[in-house]
Amino acid sequence: MTKKSKTKVNPRVRMPMLDPLERGRIFSEVALGYQVQDAVSEAKRCLQCKKPTCQKGCPVEVDCKSFIRLVAEEDFQEAFRVIKDTNSLPAICGRVCPQENQCEGTCKLRPTGQPIAIGRLERFVADNFYAHNSCEEETGFMECVLPDENLKVAALGSGPSSLTLAGFLSARGIKVTVFEALHEPGGVLVYGIPEFRLPKSVVKREVESLKHLGVDFKCNFVGGMTVTLKDLFAEGYRAVFVGVGAGLPRFMGLEGENLVGVYSANEYLTRVNLMHAYRFPEFDTPVPKGDKVVVIGGGNVAMDSARTALRLGSSSVKVVYRRTKGEMPARREELEHALDEGVELEILASPISFYGDENQNLRRVLLQKMELGQPDSSGRRRPVPIEGQTFELETDLVIMAVGTGANKVLTQTTPELKLNKHGNIEVDPATGETNLPMVFAGGDIVTGAATVVEAMGAGRLAAKEILKRLKSV
Amino acid sequence: MINKILKKRILIPDKVSELTIYAPHISRKARPGNFVVLRLSAKGERIPLTIADKDPESGTIVIVYLVLGKTSALLDTFDAGDTILDLCGPLGKPTEIKKQGEVCCVGGGTGIAAMHHIAKGNNESGNEVVSVIGARSRDLLLFKPELEKISSRVLVATDDGTMGHKGFVTEVLEKYLQKSSSVKEVVAVGPVPMMKAVAKVTKPFNVKTMVSLNSIMVDGIGMCGACRVSVGGETRFACVDGPEFDASQVDFDELMMRLGAFRDQEKLSMELFQKSRVS
Repeated sequence: MTKKSKTKVNPRVRMPMLDPLERGRIFSEVALGYQVQDAVSEAKRCLQCKKPTCQKGCPVEVDCKSFIRLVAEEDFQEAFRVIKDTNSLPAICGRVCPQENQCEGTCKLRPTGQPIAIGRLERFVADNFYAHNSCEEETGFMECVLPDENLKVAALGSGPSSLTLAGFLSARGIKVTVFEALHEPGGVLVYGIPEFRLPKSVVKREVESLKHLGVDFKCNFVGGMTVTLKDLFAEGYRAVFVGVGAGLPRFMGLEGENLVGVYSANEYLTRVNLMHAYRFPEFDTPVPKGDKVVVIGGGNVAMDSARTALRLGSSSVKVVYRRTKGEMPARREELEHALDEGVELEILASPISFYGDENQNLRRVLLQKMELGQPDSSGRRRPVPIEGQTFELETDLVIMAVGTGANKVLTQTTPELKLNKHGNIEVDPATGETNLPMVFAGGDIVTGAATVVEAMGAGRLAAKEILKRLKSV
Repeated sequence: MINKILKKRILIPDKVSELTIYAPHISRKARPGNFVVLRLSAKGERIPLTIADKDPESGTIVIVYLVLGKTSALLDTFDAGDTILDLCGPLGKPTEIKKQGEVCCVGGGTGIAAMHHIAKGNNESGNEVVSVIGARSRDLLLFKPELEKISSRVLVATDDGTMGHKGFVTEVLEKYLQKSSSVKEVVAVGPVPMMKAVAKVTKPFNVKTMVSLNSIMVDGIGMCGACRVSVGGETRFACVDGPEFDASQVDFDELMMRLGAFRDQEKLSMELFQKSRVS
């Protein structure tokens, strides 16, 4: 292990990538992953701090120090066990977590600009394990406790929070049934995040490994419609976890926003990801193809939409964002990938209205020029319109990636559940429990749109509490 | 077995059929106005279809489809004994039914089937149902015998005059509203031009009028916004805020435009499907 040196720190081991020009037109995963030698060299850079801060930076508290040491020692099997101890979805987290704000953000090497590539190492450990081990072993537990069919817990929604809860509880002898409204489990991991960033096979593998732990998945069951909280308790479930996500796409209420040609990012991405519309007509679901695409927004969903549009053959893709590049909420790596692939930025601009031709086909968008004013409650400088300064962009496809609100399907049929003014479910932050006893909630339905790993942290919190209550009875 | 088709009744050969499907989890929750989303194959699309009837005792729901595009054409090749791959529901807000007296239920074309469940719900709640149904020709009139059982009267219009009034349902409806002042509510389900015309006809009578919208949907659970529609100048989602809305507030022209969003792709899909059936 290298000693901390004030003069020079070895740089992070580079992640092999597909060439930007080649990949910008195909849906294959962009980041190829470390080989064994890459991983070992990177792990050996770790200082193995006496008081590590990386673990605290992780919402699910992965013991980064230990697993990195094990990678350096080439004990990948044991490294996987350490990660899986607290993180049930390592292959996914290694790919989609904003590590720069979490584990890597708290790494002692961070000030040098070369923190340990913890995310890449986590992904390596998971991929390496799955590549060499049979399904039964995927759980990471040498002896699985068979779930007790009398201790049943239901999870509504099958996104990252529910999957984490299911993994945690079933490995500890509690029977979990996950109810999913769509025809495939995974939630946002399946309908939202594109193949080139998170291959669907990776999600399938995590779901399969949960099935081996005894978790049941029921697709096409809509929480609040097909099955209500009352039904679940009547059927003998002892606790219910609500992880139905923040699926409701926001629009801005602008003139022309309902023209054919203006889509929510959710619709665009769901068509492509869940329904495989990029393979239309082999798959039945079509997707709008634009030549000059404008994406409104600056988060990960905006980047995913922009990069998807490139891959569907658009000649230009512009991301319109009302602040500047530095304030964009997107994960840095996604923004850089998008720019490398040819996505253009149109910063300090915000749409005013959309115009169509006589056949109502979208033709252009009118934009307001903005400047940065005083910082707002988020600490970022507030964008302020520059009076009188507007401009137009030609476009035949606009994708609105301006955020999502709480999905109301469950909450509007469950009026007894306490919500905040945004329609999100209120929970006790210490336990994840709602105002209804033994009904827990977590993920975006509680916090509003956030990250995969934060949702996983919420699933883990609720799972711990449920375990405590059920096992103490 | 779940999602199995127990019975197929051909209502109009090659065009409209009725399927009775075993889906007890949906049947016990389904209420008038609800719909389901179905998917037929691993490469298939998701389409919404209104629940035309249900029987919780036998655990079944009834859907009626019109062959329009590839998925409905593929569904038409299914028969009793076949299974629907994915069937999700009930979805949408159910019809608000309260005991209020006389309710006029208007149905056009395949919309008559969707209207039937609403009419039945009104009848069961003690309302007097007057059904007004229309189609191009008498052979294309659906659910007339079923509606006769639950309605005090069934008024008919056909384009060609082979049954009832020669002309549109809206003409029959208007005449009826002129005659009867006790109608508390009008509910209409059918093609968009028909629903738009119903809204226009009932306006001077100042009677509450609801329409059930058939927007394009992907998920059907409020996630995509494909089904968005302007109601009273506000954007609403037909899948979770509807599908029923106050007819006087709906922007039908926008709805019509949005229904055509994928016309070219839908046509291509259908052509490829028909070609594959021939070869």
